[in-house]
Amino acid sequence: MEGSHAIALAVKAARPNVVAAYPITPQTHIVEDISQLIADGDLDAQYVKVESEHSAMSVCLGASATGARTYTATTSQGLALMHEVLFNAAGMRLPIVMTVANRALSAPLSIWNDHQDSISERDSGWIQIYAEDNTEASDLTIQAYRIAEDSRIQVPVMVCMDGYTLTHTYEPVELLEQDLVDDFLPPYRPADFLNVNDPKSFGMFADPNYYTEFRYQNHRALEAAKAVIPQISSEFGEVFDRDYGGLIEEYRCDDAEYVLIAMGSVVGTLKDTVDDLRDDGVRAGAIKLRSYRPFPVDEIRSALAGLEAVGILDKNISLGFEGALFTDVKASLYHDDNAPKAFGFIAGLGGRDIPKRMFVKMFDCIREDKKISNSGFFDLNTQILDFQEV
Amino acid sequence: MQAQEAERPIDLLASGHRACAGCGAALTIQAILRATGANVFVANSTGCMEIISSQYPQSAWKVPWIHSLFENAAAVASGIEVALKALGRDEEGKVVVIAGDGGTVDIGMQAISGMLERGHDVCYICYDNEAYMNTGNQRSGSTPFDASTTTSPFGKNSFGNDRPKKNMPAIVAAHGIAYVATTSVGYPRDLAKKVQKGIAVRGPAYLQIHAPCNVGWGFDSAKTIEIARLAVETGLWMMYEIVDGELVNVMKVPRQQPVEEYLKQQRRFAHLFKMPGGEAQIKLIQDAANYNLERYKAVSPVGTREIQT
Repeated sequence: MEGSHAIALAVKAARPNVVAAYPITPQTHIVEDISQLIADGDLDAQYVKVESEHSAMSVCLGASATGARTYTATTSQGLALMHEVLFNAAGMRLPIVMTVANRALSAPLSIWNDHQDSISERDSGWIQIYAEDNTEASDLTIQAYRIAEDSRIQVPVMVCMDGYTLTHTYEPVELLEQDLVDDFLPPYRPADFLNVNDPKSFGMFADPNYYTEFRYQNHRALEAAKAVIPQISSEFGEVFDRDYGGLIEEYRCDDAEYVLIAMGSVVGTLKDTVDDLRDDGVRAGAIKLRSYRPFPVDEIRSALAGLEAVGILDKNISLGFEGALFTDVKASLYHDDNAPKAFGFIAGLGGRDIPKRMFVKMFDCIREDKKISNSGFFDLNTQILDFQEV
Repeated sequence: MQAQEAERPIDLLASGHRACAGCGAALTIQAILRATGANVFVANSTGCMEIISSQYPQSAWKVPWIHSLFENAAAVASGIEVALKALGRDEEGKVVVIAGDGGTVDIGMQAISGMLERGHDVCYICYDNEAYMNTGNQRSGSTPFDASTTTSPFGKNSFGNDRPKKNMPAIVAAHGIAYVATTSVGYPRDLAKKVQKGIAVRGPAYLQIHAPCNVGWGFDSAKTIEIARLAVETGLWMMYEIVDGELVNVMKVPRQQPVEEYLKQQRRFAHLFKMPGGEAQIKLIQDAANYNLERYKAVSPVGTREIQT
């Protein structure tokens, strides 16, 4: 089935009380399918057809504070429009779950996939987990509620899936049995919520005597998620027989000399490339980074210990510096004397495909310690630049 | 327990909040909560009333209260309302927005329009102190003509704010909602009656309450109510209801006061009495007041009409 439909069915299985969403490509099929599920009586939820993504997140915020399980989905410009509400929802520790159908940011306008949108919300206080395929994205939707609503965590979660590459692709998806989901994910019962019998204030202002401690607690919650995410994944595995492991997935890394790190659906191609290289006698490996925030510093360090070199693929760029993952991976290795040499590759922006031969070239670079030109832009078409200059 | 609370005149906005002496907006909130009783959920936009009432770890609110951002109170309230429905708690209380004029007529406009159009059961109340007072008196879309603010100051080439107030009640009414009303903190009985009507409506309702700010407008803190009443008595603030799209119950002004009586007591208009050409500007304001009285009386079949609840 289509990826978007799988997500809609996963949302249905999670039994949200309130859904609020605004249409934007390539998220639309998800919210259309949810609307149809509600129209057909298959999902009993309030669906608020808001006038913007800013209001989509605000409706979720108000509903979540009232004690409802809430869901929304967006991408790109819509996520950027939500920006201030994202920080607000995280600061109020509201366990909203959102699918981000990853897409590039304008200008120039691009409706196609990269990770610039969610990477740009890195510091919002949301947990961000990236899916490799549609079954994982669907399963993550259920796990996301368990993580977000966990009393040790209580922060919102973004489930990131590549726009088009996953949302619009038809592939076999392992469906979620409702009775198993109901056992795994009980109804949301928050300790604190808006009610007239025990009136509480949400969203107060904190002067310099208090603000830092709120931020610290929020940060500690994300750090605590480093243990909770793998634990819930493993519990999920026991029930559904699909365990995605922890914050990262290591693929043929045990005896690897050279490893490439990537996020999202492109990891499938990367794994195939690793298999090919292994057949050729190259000791290649891959790391799928699942949790971008919290960032798995210890897992990355231990996975890369003793390696010759590591490459990091970024489908985003912090303009004026480098890819965001590249920075974080290098920072994770800073205290290691024998840290591998790190190479940053920026590719796959605005929907540009990353085929296997591109990954082979990346492995060639890190094996041969080649200088990376063009500021790390690895799939740059210089002919277009020449053409523009004419 | 709830019935007893409704009978007892308790203050649901606790004393000890940090509003300035003479604050018209704080009096307005107190009056709103007396009219609603305890069974109410308040979504508050960023602004003076949020800041004076919610400095962690002390809250002045004895009702469930949430503040999110500046422009999204209407959307947050929409979320509370649908959550109560979804959880089968919709009889627990009414959802009310309390927002200032900046959060309403300017930055919150889109979210309000969405909330109204979707028909949420929310009573939106704007306390209108006619500028961004929380940040120190900057001009909003609700600032009156010729008022000097920090971003519409008078000067050699300026008489102050060069545009009239945005007619927000008319914009709200254009959404076809059942109840729109204007009132003033100077008329607490009228205010209470309209709040009660607004929360009795099933579906969206909108109130705009004129709430003088003695600090920003520049008048003695003992004169808040007097100034509020003068705005009505001069014809510069009209009190009316729009029920199912029909303008009704316009408050009559039997003896209209000249606008000078209102203007001369406020620092924001003081330049009009000193600057060359100020007299002509006051004349323009008088014309506007006269037009208000004529227009609202002309189109209004003054009388009573009960709203459908």
